[in-house]
Amino acid sequence: MTGLLPDRLYRDPRLAWVAYGGVALLLLALPFLVDAGMGRTWVRILDFAMLYVMLALGLNIVVGFAGLLDLGYVAFYAVGAYFYAILASPQFGLHLPFWALLPMGAGIACLFGVLLGAPTLRLRGDYLAIVTLGFGEIIRIFLNNLNAPVNITNGPQGINMVDPVRLAGHALTRPIEIFGVQLSGAHAHYFLFLALTLLVIFAALRLQDSRIGRAWAAIREDEVAAEAMGIHTRNVKLLAFAMGATFGGLGGGLFAAFQGFVSPESFTLMESIMILCMVVLGGMGHIPGVILGAILLTVLPELLRYIGPLQQELFGRVAVDPSDLRMLLFGIALVVVMLFRPQGLWPSPVRARELRPDNPDEVRQEQESLYDAER
Amino acid sequence: MTSKLLIAAILGAATCAAPTWSAAADTVKIGCVAPLTGPQAHLGKDIENGARLAVDAINATNPTMGGQPVQFELLVEDDQADPKTATVVAQKLVDEGVKGVVGHLNSGASIPASRIYADNNVPQVSPASTAVAYTHQGFPTTFRVMANDSQQGKALGLYATRLGKRVAVVDDRTAYGQGLIDEVVKSVKESGGEVVGREYTTDKSTDFTAILTSLKAKRPDVVVFGGMDPQAAPMIRQMRTLGMKTAFMGGDGMQSAEFIKLAGRAAEGAIGSSPGLPIEKMPGGADFTKRFGERFGKIQIYAPFSHDAAVVLTQAMLRAGSTEPDKVLAALGKTKLDGVIGPIAFDDKGDLVDGPVTLYKVKDSKWEPVETIGGPQGK
Amino acid sequence: MDIFAQQLVNGLILGSLYAMVALGYTMVYGILELINFAHGEIVMLGAMVSVTVLGVLAGVGVPVALALPLSLAAAVAVCMATGVAVERVAYRPLRNAPRLAPLITAIGVSIVLQNLAMIVWGRQYLSFPPILDVQIYDWHGATVTNIQLLIVAVAAFTMGGLLILVNRTRLGRAMRATAQNREVAGLMGVDANRVIAATFAVGSALAAVAGLLIAAYYGIAHYNMGFTLGLKAFSAAVLGGIGNIPGALLGGLLLGIIESLGAGYIGDLTGGFLGSHYQDIFAFFILILVLVFRPSGLLGERVADRA
Repeated sequence: MTGLLPDRLYRDPRLAWVAYGGVALLLLALPFLVDAGMGRTWVRILDFAMLYVMLALGLNIVVGFAGLLDLGYVAFYAVGAYFYAILASPQFGLHLPFWALLPMGAGIACLFGVLLGAPTLRLRGDYLAIVTLGFGEIIRIFLNNLNAPVNITNGPQGINMVDPVRLAGHALTRPIEIFGVQLSGAHAHYFLFLALTLLVIFAALRLQDSRIGRAWAAIREDEVAAEAMGIHTRNVKLLAFAMGATFGGLGGGLFAAFQGFVSPESFTLMESIMILCMVVLGGMGHIPGVILGAILLTVLPELLRYIGPLQQELFGRVAVDPSDLRMLLFGIALVVVMLFRPQGLWPSPVRARELRPDNPDEVRQEQESLYDAER
Repeated sequence: MTSKLLIAAILGAATCAAPTWSAAADTVKIGCVAPLTGPQAHLGKDIENGARLAVDAINATNPTMGGQPVQFELLVEDDQADPKTATVVAQKLVDEGVKGVVGHLNSGASIPASRIYADNNVPQVSPASTAVAYTHQGFPTTFRVMANDSQQGKALGLYATRLGKRVAVVDDRTAYGQGLIDEVVKSVKESGGEVVGREYTTDKSTDFTAILTSLKAKRPDVVVFGGMDPQAAPMIRQMRTLGMKTAFMGGDGMQSAEFIKLAGRAAEGAIGSSPGLPIEKMPGGADFTKRFGERFGKIQIYAPFSHDAAVVLTQAMLRAGSTEPDKVLAALGKTKLDGVIGPIAFDDKGDLVDGPVTLYKVKDSKWEPVETIGGPQGK
Repeated sequence: MDIFAQQLVNGLILGSLYAMVALGYTMVYGILELINFAHGEIVMLGAMVSVTVLGVLAGVGVPVALALPLSLAAAVAVCMATGVAVERVAYRPLRNAPRLAPLITAIGVSIVLQNLAMIVWGRQYLSFPPILDVQIYDWHGATVTNIQLLIVAVAAFTMGGLLILVNRTRLGRAMRATAQNREVAGLMGVDANRVIAATFAVGSALAAVAGLLIAAYYGIAHYNMGFTLGLKAFSAAVLGGIGNIPGALLGGLLLGIIESLGAGYIGDLTGGFLGSHYQDIFAFFILILVLVFRPSGLLGERVADRA
C-alpha cells in the first residue's frame, strides 16, 4: 500500500525492477557525479544528508507514526555520539571497535528513551513536548559539565581524535583504491552511510506496515478509541520512543566517527528543531516525504551560501546575511506548512486523503470529534 | 566598498606593482578561512584583509621557487564560525589544491578542520585560535601565530595574584571559558595564590547574583571571569550593586569596546588580557597600520596576525623551494623571522615560542595597556 | 546569615521577573490550552523596543520622567500588536486542528520573531541607557536597589490589576466563560475570537512591561534573550498550576528562590560534587517532577483533568 513508488510499479514487476535498478545505479554513481560536477565538498554534504535522513526517520517514528511531539530528540543523538566518542578515543585510551560500539550506542540510546518515556508518556501532547525539551537540555548540560570531579565527557572542550570507522582494518577517512577506483574518505563514508540509510529505511517501512505501526497510527488518530480497541497505549507509545531513540543513537555514533570530534555545542535545542523541521516539512508520517525533507534542509543551507554573492551581483552589497536568513526561512516554512499544507511537501496518499477529503463537512465533524476526544 | 571593486583594486595594485609578472609564473594557492557572515563577520574580514595584504606584498617582489617565478593566490572561504561548516570548507579548499591555509578564527572551527588538513598534509597556520588543544592533537600540520589560552591564563593568574592572594574564578562553561579558567587556576596556585571559590555560569545567562553572593561570602581579592563581554558586563554591574569592591579581570573575550559600552560606569578599573602586543607596541605596528589603513581602513584585531600567518606560510615555501608538504612543514618548523607582531618561532607543537600577552585596564571608558607579560620584552 | 538574606532577595527579584512572564503563558493556556512558545519572544520585543526608544529619547534630552513612560507605551503598543497578529495569523486558523499543529507553528513563530529581531537590531547586545540612578539600600545585611524594589512593586501591581480584570470586569467574565467552554460561552453571546484576541493583547502588554524591567535591571537586551526566559517562566507557570493566575506568581517566586538558593548552596551541600553549573537544570527538573507527580501544579485543582 504505502510504498516508496507509484502504484503502477507494483503492478508491473518488470517495470519495477528497471526502476529499482535505475535508482540503484544513480545512487552508486551519485558521489562521483557530484564530485566531478560540484567538487568534493558536496560529497561531504551528501554524507551529512544521509546522516540526517537516518535521524529524521528516527524522529518520524515518534512524531509522524505515533504522533508524540519530541523536542529533545537530539539528546539520543548526543548519547550515541558520546558513547562512541568516550570508548573509542584517547579520552580513556580505549579504542574499542566501531562495529561493536555502534549497536551498543544505539542500545544505550534506546535505554535512555525508555527511561525518559516511562514516567512521561502518560502526559498529553504539549506537556510531553515541554518535558522532552527539558530532558534534551538536561542531557546537554550534563555532557557539558561532566568533566569534574571525574572527567567523563571532557566538558565543553569536547572529545577530539575520535577513531574513524574501520572496515576490514582500513580507516575510512584515508583514501583507498578499490578495483582501480580512487575512493576518498568522503566517498567511502557515502557508501557506508548509504547502506545504513537503506537499512533504516527498510526498518522504518517494515515498522510502518507492522502490527505495531498500525497501533501507532491508531494512537495518533485517537488515543481513546485505540485504547478501547485493546491497544496497550502506554507500552506501544514507549516502543515508539525507544525505536526513535535507537535510530538517534545510531546516527550519533556515525556522526562521532565521521566528524572525529564531538562537543556539547553540536547537540543544542536548535538541532532538535532542525530535525523536527525535516519531518514536518517533508510530511509527517510519510517516509519518502521525510527523506525529502531531510535532504532539502541539509542541502538548502549550503545553497543559501550562494545568496551572499548573488546579492552582491544584484544590489552591489550584501543586504541580508545569508546565515541570518536561513533560520528565518525555516521559521516561516514551519508556520506556512502547518497553516496551508499540514500534510507536508510530500504527504502519503492516505494521509492526504484524510486531511483533504472531498466533503469538507466530514472533515470538520471528524476534527471536532477529535478535538473533543483530546479534551 | 564592494568586494568586486575590491578584487579589481587588488588586481590593479598587483599588476601595477609587478609589471614583469610573466604568464609563465606558477600559481600557488593559499587558503584563507574565517567567518565572513554572522556575528563575527567583521573579524573574519579582518583576517582576510591581513592575509591579502601579505600575499600581494610578496607577489610584488617577484618571488621565485626553485628558480621558477611564482605567484601566490589567496582562496577565501567562509566557515560561519560553525564546526560542521568548517569541515565542509576545509574539504573544499583541499579539493581546490591549496598548499597551505591561514585560518580558522574560532578554536571550535580550527580543531575539526585541522583533521582534514592533516589527513591531506596541508599546513595550517591559525591567526586567532587560542585553544591549547588545537596544536596538541599530534598533527604535524597545525601552527599558530597567537599566544594560546595556556599562555594567556598564565599571565592572568600571575597578574591576579599580584593584586591579592585570594582569587575567585567564574567560567561560562564554553570551551574557551573553561579552558582559560583551568589555566588561570593552575597559574594562581603556582604564583602562591589561593583559589577561594569557583563558580559557573553559561554563555546565555544574565543573572549572576546567586553565584556572586556566594563568592562574596568567600571574601576574594580578585574575581577572574572566563567568558565573553555580554556576560562580563552585567556581572561587573551586579558585583557593584551587591557591594563587592573586588577587582574584576577577564580574558580577551571581554577585552572589547562592547564590554565598556554594556557595563557603563561599572566598567572602570576592570582588567582584561589579550594575546599579542598592542598594535602600537608591535615592532612593525606603525608601518602595518599605515599600509593596512590605506587599503582597508581600520584594523579590528586579527589583521596583523593573519598577515604574519600568510608571511610565515609563504616564506616557508620559498625557503623550501617547493610546495612539497614534507619540505614545507620542515621549513615551517624552522621559521625564525621578525613579523609585524614581533619575532616568530614555533615550538615542537607549532605554538608561538614566548607568545606575549598584554593586560589592559579600563580608564575613563577606554582600554589602556598596563603591562605585557611574556614575549621578547618579558625576558 | 546575611548571605542567606541576600540569596533570598536575589531569588525574589528573579522570581518576580519570572512571574510577570509566566502570567502571559498562564492566561493563554487557561483560555486556549496552547503553549504560546512565542511569548518569550514578545518579552524580548518589549525589551528591544523600549531600549531603542529610550536611547533615542535620552539622546535628544527628554527627561527621564517622560522618556520612561513613553518608551513603555511604545513597547506595549508594539508587543500588543505583535501578540494579536500572531494569534490571528498563526493560531486562530488552527484552533480546531490536531494539537501538534499549533504547537509547531508556535515554535515557528518564535524562530521568526527571533530572527526578525536579529535582522532589525543586529546581533549586538543593546545597552540600557544609563539614565536610572541606582540607589543601594541595606536590608538585614543584604543590599537592595531601587530598581529591584520597582520590580517587586510592578509585579505586585500588575498581579492585582490582572486579578481585578479577570474577576471583576465584563471582559474578565467573558474570559472565564470562554476558558470553561467556548461553545456555551458563544451561545451566551460571548464573541470568542474577540475575547481570545483581548487575552493575547493583555498578555503581550504584560510581556512589554516585563521586557522593560528586565532590560533596566540587567542593563542589556538581545534578540535571543527570550527563549530561555520563556522556558523558565513556563516552568514557573506549570509549577504554580497552569491556567491559574495566583499560581503563576507563586510558581515564579518559588522558581526564582530555588534557583538562587540552589546555585548558592549546591556546591557546599554536595561537597563540591555538583556546582552552580547545574543552575539551569533546576527549572527543567522541577518541570518534569511536577508534570509527572502533580500535573495540576501547586494551586491548580481546577484544571486537574487537563493533564
